[in-house]
Amino acid sequence: MSDIAAGQPVPGEAHPRQGLRGGPSYLTAEHGLAAWFLTTDHKRIALLYAAALTVFFFIGGAGAVAIRMELFTPAADLLSADGYNRMFTLHGTVMVWFFLVPSIPNTFGNFLLPLMIGAKDLAFPRLNLFSWYLFVGAGALLVGALVAGGVDTGWTFYTPFSTGYSQSYVMAAALAVVLAGFSSIATGVNFIATVHLLRTPGMTWFRLPLLVWALYGTSLVIVLATPVLTLVLLLIVAERAFGLPIFDPALGGDPLLFQHLFWFYSHPAVYIMILPSFGVISELVTCFSRRQVFGYTFMVYAILWIAVVGFLVWGHHMFVSGQSLFASLVFSFLSFVIAVPSAIKVFNWTFTLYRGQITFEAPMLYALGFIGLFTLGGLTGLFLASVPIDVHVTDTYFVVAHFHFIMVGGAVSAFYGGLHFWWPKVTGRLYPEAWARFAAVLMFFGFSFTFFPQFVMGFLGMPRRYQVYPPEFQIWHVLSSSGAVLLAAAYLLPMGYLAWSLIWGERAGEDPWQATGLEWRTSSPPPRDNFRAVPVVDTGPYFYHPDKEGPRHDRREAHQNQGHET
Amino acid sequence: MSGLRLWPVVASDVATRVDAIVVVLLLITGAVLALVLALLLTFAIRYRRGSSARRGALPELVQKEVEIGWTAATLFLAVFIFAWAGATELGLAKPSGDALEIHVAAKQWMWKTQHPNGAREIDALHVPRGQPVRLLMTSQDVIHSFFVPAFRIKQDVLPGRLTELLFTPTLTGEYPLFCAEYCGTLHARMGGTITVMEPEDYARWLSAQPEGDDLGHEGRALFVSLGCSGCHAGNGPVRAPGLAGIWGRDVPLEDGRIRRVDEAYLRDSILQPRRDVVAGYEPRMPSFAGLVGEDELIRLVAYIRSLPGGQP
Repeated sequence: MSDIAAGQPVPGEAHPRQGLRGGPSYLTAEHGLAAWFLTTDHKRIALLYAAALTVFFFIGGAGAVAIRMELFTPAADLLSADGYNRMFTLHGTVMVWFFLVPSIPNTFGNFLLPLMIGAKDLAFPRLNLFSWYLFVGAGALLVGALVAGGVDTGWTFYTPFSTGYSQSYVMAAALAVVLAGFSSIATGVNFIATVHLLRTPGMTWFRLPLLVWALYGTSLVIVLATPVLTLVLLLIVAERAFGLPIFDPALGGDPLLFQHLFWFYSHPAVYIMILPSFGVISELVTCFSRRQVFGYTFMVYAILWIAVVGFLVWGHHMFVSGQSLFASLVFSFLSFVIAVPSAIKVFNWTFTLYRGQITFEAPMLYALGFIGLFTLGGLTGLFLASVPIDVHVTDTYFVVAHFHFIMVGGAVSAFYGGLHFWWPKVTGRLYPEAWARFAAVLMFFGFSFTFFPQFVMGFLGMPRRYQVYPPEFQIWHVLSSSGAVLLAAAYLLPMGYLAWSLIWGERAGEDPWQATGLEWRTSSPPPRDNFRAVPVVDTGPYFYHPDKEGPRHDRREAHQNQGHET
Repeated sequence: MSGLRLWPVVASDVATRVDAIVVVLLLITGAVLALVLALLLTFAIRYRRGSSARRGALPELVQKEVEIGWTAATLFLAVFIFAWAGATELGLAKPSGDALEIHVAAKQWMWKTQHPNGAREIDALHVPRGQPVRLLMTSQDVIHSFFVPAFRIKQDVLPGRLTELLFTPTLTGEYPLFCAEYCGTLHARMGGTITVMEPEDYARWLSAQPEGDDLGHEGRALFVSLGCSGCHAGNGPVRAPGLAGIWGRDVPLEDGRIRRVDEAYLRDSILQPRRDVVAGYEPRMPSFAGLVGEDELIRLVAYIRSLPGGQP
C-alpha cells in the first residue's frame, strides 16, 4: 500500500475507537435480503446503484465490443446491417441513460453527499430507494426491448425515422428512458433538498467541498432539463401509437422540432455526465498535492456558469440540420463562451499542483490522466463550435472521438479515480496499490489508442454509424479496435483486484489518505447514521496546510480536518 | 491503398477556406494543449514529494490576478475564433447568381440527381470544374445528409422541405458522397460518387445523356394534368391568383404579412394552401399533400418559375 497509508495505525476488528464512532458499520448493521432491498440508508442504496450500474456497464460494453469487432474490416463480417444498427443503439442508449447519467451522482453522490455535509442521510431517504426501483424497472423494460429484438434508431431517436419508419421496439425503449428520467429527477430533487436543508452547523455554502457543489449543479440541470426529454419521448410515443401528427411533415408536423427538444435536454445532459467528475477530480488533485484547491470560488462559479449556459447551446448539434444561419452563429458564439469555465477548471487543477507535495497513488494517476484527456476533448470542442468546421466533421468519427474523450476519457476515468479514492471508505479495505497504478496507466494509454485515431478518420470523412466503409479508413479502425482491447482490460482489471481486496485487502483506517473532508472523520466503513455526534464546521474545505504557508518538502504536517465533533 | 493519408483532398472553394481555419485552430489548440501538458509535467516532477523545490505560500503574482488573467485570455481567444469562423461561414453562404442548379432527391437508400436540362443520375453527380453549383435538396422519406468530404460540405436533407448547398468544385476527379444522417438499415451503403470534370468534358458528357424533358416542361404537363391550370390559368369559374411573373416577388397575405415567393412558399401553397393565402382571394384551394410527390413538386415549382415575367 502507499507510503501515506503506511504511517497510519491499521485498525483491526476491535479498533478501540470504532465504538466511539457510532456502532457497527452500515454493512454489518442489519442482515438479510430485506435489509438491503428495503433499506433507506443512502450508503446501501449507493451500493444497490453500483450493482445495477455494473450490470448496465457490461451490457453497454458488450455493444461496444460488437461494434469494434465488426469495424475491424471494411466489409460486413459479423452482423447484419440491422444487427449493427441495433448494436450501436444499444450501446448508446444503455451507456448514456443507464450508466453515464446516473454513474457518479447515484453511487458516489448517494454515498458521499450526506457524509460530506455532515448529515445522517439524504433529505428523502424513501424517495431515494424509490428512484432505485424506478431505475431498475426502466432498465428491465429496456433490456426486455433489447431481448425482444432491439431498437434501431440510434440513441438520438431522430424523427421521422423513429416515428414513421423504424420497425423496432422504439416505444418500449422510449418509455424506459422516460422512467429512467423520472428516477434521475427524483435523485436531483433529493440532492437539492439535502444540500439546502441538511448542512451541518457551520457548513456554509462557500465551505462546501467542490464535489458537493458539482453534485448540486448537476442536480439543478437534471431537474430542469429532464422533463423536456420526458415530453419529447412521450410525443414520439403519441405519434407512433396514436398517429398524432407532430413530427411528420406530410401531415404538417416538423421533424426539426424533435431535434430542438431532444438537444435541449441532451446537451445539458452532457454536463450532467461531466460536472460530477469535475467535483471528483478536484477532491483527488487537492488531496494528493497536499495543497488547497487553487481558486476555490472560481471553481464554484465555473460549475454554476456551466450549469446555466449549458442550457443555451443546444443548437450547435444542428448546424447542418437546416436551422437558419443566424441561429447557428448565435449557438456557435454561446458554445465558445461555455469553453471558458472548462478552461478555468483545467488551469486551476494544474495550479493546485504548483508548490504542492505531490504523490502518485492510483487516484492521482487517474486524475492526471483525466486532465490530459479532458483538455484534448475540450479543445476539439472548439473545432465543433466553429460553424464551417463543424459542417465538415459533424456526424463523422470526429464527433464520436470528441464526446468519448469527454464522456469516457473524462467521466469514466473520474469514476474509476473516485472508486479507488473512496474504496477504503466504502468497504473498509485498501486496494493493492501497484495493480491499481498499472490499471490507471493502462486505461490512459488504452483510451488514447482507441479514440485518438477516430479524430483523424473523422476529419478524413469517415461517417459515424457505418457498418461498412471504404477501405482507406481501415487502418484507423484497426488501430481503434486494437486500443479497445487494452481499454477493456483496463476496465476489467480493477473489478478483479477490488473484489480480491474485499476479502484479502488490508483494513483501512478512517482516513487512509489524510484527507480533509468530513467523510474521513468517521470510521471506514461508516456506521448506519454516519457520525456518532453531529460534526461542527468552522473552516473551509481542503485545509492541507496553513493559509500563508504551503506543504513542506517531505514531512506531512497535520492536515486540519474540516469539522470537529461537538 | 496508396500511402497513408492524413488530410482529406481539397477539391472545392469551400474546402480551401475551411482548411485555413482548421490549420490555425490546430496551431492554437496545439499550443494550449502543449502548455497544459508542460505545466502538468513540470509541476508533477518539480513538486513531487521529497523534492527540494521551494514551497511555501503562493507568490503574489499567482493570486487572484492570474485567475482573472487567464479567464479573460480564454474568453478573448474564444471570441476571436468565433468571429473568424463566423465571418468565414457568412462568406460561404453568399448565393451566386450564375450557379448551376441541380435538384437532389434522397430516399432510403439512394440519391437521385437531376441536371437543369433534365438529365438524371442515381448515386452519382457530374459537375464541371470552376462553375458554382447550387444543390436544391429534399427527401422523400426520412432525414438524410449530403456529405462530400473532399468539398467539406454537408447538409441535412429533410422531407417536406428544401435545403441547399453551394460550392464550386476546383479539382477534377472522383470523390465519394456519403449519407451522414442515420437513415435506417442500409444507411452505410447510401453513398455515391461525385465526378468533377473539365467544363468541355462536362458539356460532352451532358449531351451524351438521354434527353429528359427539362424540369419546367415536365412541370407544365403536371400543371395541366393535376388540374392546377383550371383555376390558376385562363378564365375558369373560380378566381385564383395568376402565377405568371410572381417568382421572387413579395406578395401581401390575407393577414397583413408579406411573403416572398420562393421554393418554400410555393411548396407550402401546394401542400397547405390555407396557411398563407394571398390577400383578396378566398381560401378555396384543396391541399395536394399526398397527391403530388417530391419529384413532382420540384417540377411544378420549376414550371412556375419559368413562366414569362419571372425573374432569374
